[in-house]
Amino acid sequence: MADVITYREAVAEGIAREMRRDTTVVCLGEDIAAAGGVFKTTVGLRAEFGPERVWDTPISEQAIVGAAMGAAMTGMRPVAEIMFSDFLACCWDYLANEIPKVRYMTGGQVTVPLVVRTANGGGLGFGAQHSQATENWALTVPGLKIAAPATPSDVIGMMAAAIRSDDPVVFFEHKALLATKGAPPPPGHVVELGRAAVVREGTDVTLVALASTVPLALKAADVLSGEGTEVEVIDLRCLVPLDAAAVLGSLRRTSRLVTVEENPYQGGWGATVVSIVADEGFGLLDAPVRRVAGECVPLPFADALEEQVIPTVDRVVTAVRQLAAY
Amino acid sequence: MDAAGLLACYERMAVIRRTEKAAHDLFLQGLVKGTTHLAAGQEAIAVGASAALRSDDYVFATYRGHHHALARGATPEECLAELMSRATGLCKAKGGSMHLTKAATGMLGSYAIVGSHLPMAVGAAWSARLRGTDQLAVAFFGDGATNIGAFHESLNLAAVWKLPVLFVCENNLYMEYTPIAEVTAVARPAADRAPAHGIPGEVVDGNDVVAVEEAVARLARRARAGGGPAVLEAETYRHFGHSRADPASYRPAEEVERWLKHDPLDLARGRLAELGVGTEAVAEADERARALVERAVEAAKAGPPPDPREALTDVWADGGAAWRT
Ligand SMILES: Cc1ncc(C[n+]2csc(CCOP(=O)(O)OP(=O)(O)O)c2C)c(N)n1
Repeated sequence: MADVITYREAVAEGIAREMRRDTTVVCLGEDIAAAGGVFKTTVGLRAEFGPERVWDTPISEQAIVGAAMGAAMTGMRPVAEIMFSDFLACCWDYLANEIPKVRYMTGGQVTVPLVVRTANGGGLGFGAQHSQATENWALTVPGLKIAAPATPSDVIGMMAAAIRSDDPVVFFEHKALLATKGAPPPPGHVVELGRAAVVREGTDVTLVALASTVPLALKAADVLSGEGTEVEVIDLRCLVPLDAAAVLGSLRRTSRLVTVEENPYQGGWGATVVSIVADEGFGLLDAPVRRVAGECVPLPFADALEEQVIPTVDRVVTAVRQLAAY
Repeated sequence: MDAAGLLACYERMAVIRRTEKAAHDLFLQGLVKGTTHLAAGQEAIAVGASAALRSDDYVFATYRGHHHALARGATPEECLAELMSRATGLCKAKGGSMHLTKAATGMLGSYAIVGSHLPMAVGAAWSARLRGTDQLAVAFFGDGATNIGAFHESLNLAAVWKLPVLFVCENNLYMEYTPIAEVTAVARPAADRAPAHGIPGEVVDGNDVVAVEEAVARLARRARAGGGPAVLEAETYRHFGHSRADPASYRPAEEVERWLKHDPLDLARGRLAELGVGTEAVAEADERARALVERAVEAAKAGPPPDPREALTDVWADGGAAWRT
C-alpha cells in the first residue's frame, strides 16, 4: 500500500477492509458501482466484490435507506450512500422515524446494524442545495450514532467501527477534506466510536472541532502559537456517542472553551457541548465560552460569500484572542 | 385449501375478530389509552396470506396491524397486554397498538408512517437473496399508501432487482375519512399501477380467505422461483371507523350494509359447509376462540405495569440509551 492515501481513497479502503472480513457487508447507492461514486469514494469496490455486493440503485433515496434498513433487520450489514448530505431530507423519514425508533418501540426485538454514508458540507462551490453541513440534523434524533472523521486514517478506523456497530451510524464524509492526504493506518485499525482525539496539546484555550473544522482549528492554533497563546485542539470525531469527558478533561487544563462548527449556529452541535460544560464544568471556566459556527443562512455560491457564513481561520483566531485576553 | 386447513383459518379469524372486539371494549373501559386502528372485517387477508407463507418469511404491516401480528403468531394476551400498557406486552409496552411486532416469528413490525415499510420489505427480500435463502418478504398496506412516493420507489426497485417481495394492498375503500377514489386517478390504486413498474397487479376478494390464500400461494411460488415481485390488491372493508375517535358516519348506509353481508367469517362458514364441515365443528372452533380471548383479556389485565426504568433502555444494541461518555 502507498505511504500516503487521500481521504476519498480512505473511504473505499475502509469499506473494502470490512467487506473482506465480513461477507454480510454490502453496499448500495446511486452511481456507486461501476462509476465508483460521484466523489470517487467507492472506486474499486465493484471490481473487487462484484455486482452482488455493490449495487447501483435508482434515484430513490427512500428506497435506498428503507431497503438498507430491511436488509439490516434480516442479517446483513448494508452501507448505503446518500450522495450529498442535503439529500438526507429526501429520506428523512427513515433517519428520523424508522431506523432510530424501531429497536425501542419493539422493546428491543429488532436491531438495525447499518451505515448511511454521505458527503457533507461546503467548500466546493456547489451552491445551497449541495453544500450544507447537516450533521446537526441527525444530532436531534435519539437512536442514531454520528461519525464525522477528519483524516484518512480516521476514515478507515471509524468506518470499521461504524460497519461493525450493531447500531445505525450516519457517517459524514466532508467534501472539503476529500483531497486531503495522510498516512494509511495499519491493517486492523479501528477507532472506537465516541472517542475524541486531542490533535494538538495546549494550555491556554480548548478548541473543539469536527471534520472540516479540525484543520481550520489547527491552522488557527499555529497562528496563535506565534502570539504566545497555546491552544489545545480536540477532534470530537463523533457526535453520538459524544466524548464529553474529553472536553471537560481539556478544560481542566485550559479553563477556556471555543467550539468550531460548520453547521448553522442555531441548533448546532456546539450548543450541546457548551450546555454540558455549563451544566457540569462551570467551575472549570475562567472565561465565557464562544461558539464559532455557520450563519443561519443557506450556503451561498461564491467563495467570497461562503467565507462570510462558515467558520474561517480568522474568525477562530479572533474568538480565541478575545478569550485569552479575558 | 382442505377442510382442516380452512377450519384452522376460520378459527384464527374468529380469534382476531374477538380480540378486536375486546380491544374496542377495553378502550371504552378506559383500559386502553391512545388510539387503536381495528382490522375487524379485514381478517381474511392476514389469515389467508399467512396460510400461504412459510414460518421463515418476513411480514411488514401498518398501524392497522393487529390482525397481522395475530396471524403471524402473536398471542391475544401479548397483544392486549401491549394495548393495556403492561410489562407483559408484545413490545414491553413501548410500542402500543400501532407497533405490534413479533420479530421471532418474522413479523418484523407495524409502522405508523404510511408507506414507510414498503422499502424495508424490499430490503428484507434483497437480504434473503444475498444470503441465498428463498425466503419471501410481504408488505401489507392500505390503499392510501399507494399515493406515497415510497410505494413507487419500492415497486421499481423490487422490479429492477427482481426480488421475492409481495406487495399486498388492503383496499378498504377509505384512507382516514376520504374515499380513495376521490384522490386517486385510477380505479385500482395498487393493481393498476403495478404494470407501470413492470410488475403484475392482481385483484382478489380480500374477504374470502380461500381466494387470498390461493393468490398469495401462487404469487409466492412465482417469487421464490425467481419470477420477481407482484402486487395483490385485496378488496375489503373495515367494520369500525378509521380509529377509535371515528364513528365512520361518512359512509353511506347501503355501502356498509352490503359489506357487512360480505363478512369474511360468514364467507368462510359457507365454504366450510360446502366442504362438508358440520355446524358443530364450527361452533366448537367459535367456542375455543371465545374462551381463548376471554382468558387473554383476564391475563392481560393481571399483567404488571412496566418498570419505569425501562423508559431508558433499548435505544442501542447494548440495551441502553447512553449518548455520551
Ligand atoms: C406519512 C403519513 N401521512 C399521514 C398519516 C396519517 N394517517 C394515518 S392512517 C391514514 C390513512 C391511511 O389510509 P390507508 O393507507 O388506506 O390505510 P387504512 O387505514 O385504510 O388501513 C393517514 C392519512 C400517517 N400516519 N403517515
